[in-house]
Amino acid sequence: MKSLMTYREALATGMAKEMDIDTRVFVFGLDVPDHKRIFGSTKGLVEKFGSERCFGTPLSEDAMTGVAIGAALSGLRPVHVHIRADFLLLGMNQIANVMSSLRYTSGGALKIPLVIRAVIGRGWGQGAQHSKSLHGVFAHFPGIKVVLPTTPQDAYGTLRAAIRDDNPVVILEHRWLYDIEGDVDDEADIALSGPAILRKGQSVTVVCTSWMNIEALKAADVLAKRGIELEVIDIRTITPLDERLVVESVNRTGRCIVADYDWLFCGFAAELAARLSHRCFATLQQPVERIGFAPVPCPTTRPLENLFYPSAVNIIRTVERMLELPHADLSQETFYSYEQRFKGPF
Amino acid sequence: MLSTDERIALYRKLLLVRQVEEAIRTHYASDDMKTPVHLGIGGEAISVGVCHCLPAKASTFGTYRNHALYLAVTDDTDGFFAELFGKESGPGKGKAGSMHLCRPDCGLMATSAVVATTIPLAVGAALANAYRKDSTPVAVFFGDGAVEEGVFWESVNFACLHRLNILFVCEDNGLAIHAHASERRGYRSLIEVLQGFRCTVVSADGSDLPTVVQATRNMLSRMTQDRQPGFLHLSYFRLLEHVGIQEDFAAGYRSGPSPEEWRQVDPVERLRAELSAEGYSSRDLEAIITSIDVRIAASIARARAAAYPPIDALYEDVLA
Repeated sequence: MKSLMTYREALATGMAKEMDIDTRVFVFGLDVPDHKRIFGSTKGLVEKFGSERCFGTPLSEDAMTGVAIGAALSGLRPVHVHIRADFLLLGMNQIANVMSSLRYTSGGALKIPLVIRAVIGRGWGQGAQHSKSLHGVFAHFPGIKVVLPTTPQDAYGTLRAAIRDDNPVVILEHRWLYDIEGDVDDEADIALSGPAILRKGQSVTVVCTSWMNIEALKAADVLAKRGIELEVIDIRTITPLDERLVVESVNRTGRCIVADYDWLFCGFAAELAARLSHRCFATLQQPVERIGFAPVPCPTTRPLENLFYPSAVNIIRTVERMLELPHADLSQETFYSYEQRFKGPF
Repeated sequence: MLSTDERIALYRKLLLVRQVEEAIRTHYASDDMKTPVHLGIGGEAISVGVCHCLPAKASTFGTYRNHALYLAVTDDTDGFFAELFGKESGPGKGKAGSMHLCRPDCGLMATSAVVATTIPLAVGAALANAYRKDSTPVAVFFGDGAVEEGVFWESVNFACLHRLNILFVCEDNGLAIHAHASERRGYRSLIEVLQGFRCTVVSADGSDLPTVVQATRNMLSRMTQDRQPGFLHLSYFRLLEHVGIQEDFAAGYRSGPSPEEWRQVDPVERLRAELSAEGYSSRDLEAIITSIDVRIAASIARARAAAYPPIDALYEDVLA
């Protein structure tokens, strides 16, 4: 059955579904059962399932990540939630030294069915320590699955699939996506899906992560007025990476931009660009372009923050350069401005 | 009190651990065991004694100084040596080596090469037991260096907050690699600090196996009675260097014991002296050593003869 819901509602609904189905599933983390409920994404859970299956924690990300791993390898299926991805760095020893490798060093004897959810912050001055996405960092370690759902359907399906997965899965959710509305079909396949084409086109393939999909779709609308059709692909799952759909698309368009919601240096965009350069060498008419964060810490003040983040305008200008087109006048276009929906503070 | 049969069984186990590590010292120079070894000679009574008191299905967690723990819960010298020799027949298929030994089927869930890392895992296992209304305790072993890690305090706090059935076992040799406790701590007493937490804290002589067993039994019943974690602080003397097979008294950071001083802190010698006093002949006790050495030699021979993992194994067991 399909129902219209926001991304945050999709997360709460998906979580409740899995908790209903499987009593081994529990959700915990700082602020999880408080009155704000992680921006509403854990709404209704403590009332329905009680404080044994939905609880808060001390401010101890390192130990709590270890506790989650210990519970997972003891047969439970924890979902550990963080209101900012940046806080996961406090649990990095457990993530990088234990979660990623314990199955391997146990010779396959152990399973770690653990889900880590974390919110990527942006805007209203989130600044250097509330804005990281970190998917490239987590994906760097073998043994961890990393997903970035963009639509409510994917938020719902990804969370449910991650809970059912016998491996550690990190889900990174952009704060601004929480307000996005969309149809959620609860009969759709529950899977950690590979890339999806969000918009068909033949001019340039734009491969995106997370919020960059929204920017790319806007850029596609603007460029369509000039007869340029972008093919927008949401990569969805960073690891395990299945780039076949992207290869197929780039072989058709001959041009590709990787628009990653992260820094470029040593990041996912570099990985994908390298793979495409290899696999599409014969069909690429130009080098793969990469768009991402400016190579600086995220600044707080709005004018600099605007420069820090990649946007639809960056995508449009890159497409123009690739196709040797003059710069279009964008003064009449309306681009996403978060003040219309998101007034902070967090 | 330990029965005579129990004493003999424990002596066998203690001696098995000692002779296994002595065998590592003998064979290490052939360079076939390519894995850093953190030998626990002097500390064997802690794992052997504590594990003797745990229910069979209890989960245990340890450190890189884990040989005694592994042998105490598995009694498996074949798998042990296969793993140290990097062979396919090891419990980690050669991917674990000495520092990551585990045997979940025997309750030994994880050991780690990073200090304090398995402490929260054990708390998670205890949380899982509480979640399932299972009253089986979990035990986690760590050195005195681990209590300087933030995650130790985070873990103790959470375990006490949730009144988990977990036994924290601090194997205190007074050294973090080469640094003495007095060079590392800005507080007077670890025990005093821990007494501020809602857990039972007991110190005992970790070099004496009957003492370890008694302290553990008392602690486990206190934990059940009070419904709160236990912290068992057991001191011992680490005979060898931090990592490797040698004595390192010449390095100057500590002095070596005289033969008489070593007898006072050697758990094997202490239990042997007790058994002798109870009337066991030295011939009977020697026979135990001989049978253990035969078994170890056979395990080493099997490990040497075993196959290395095939090349496909490199990519196996990353994901389930």
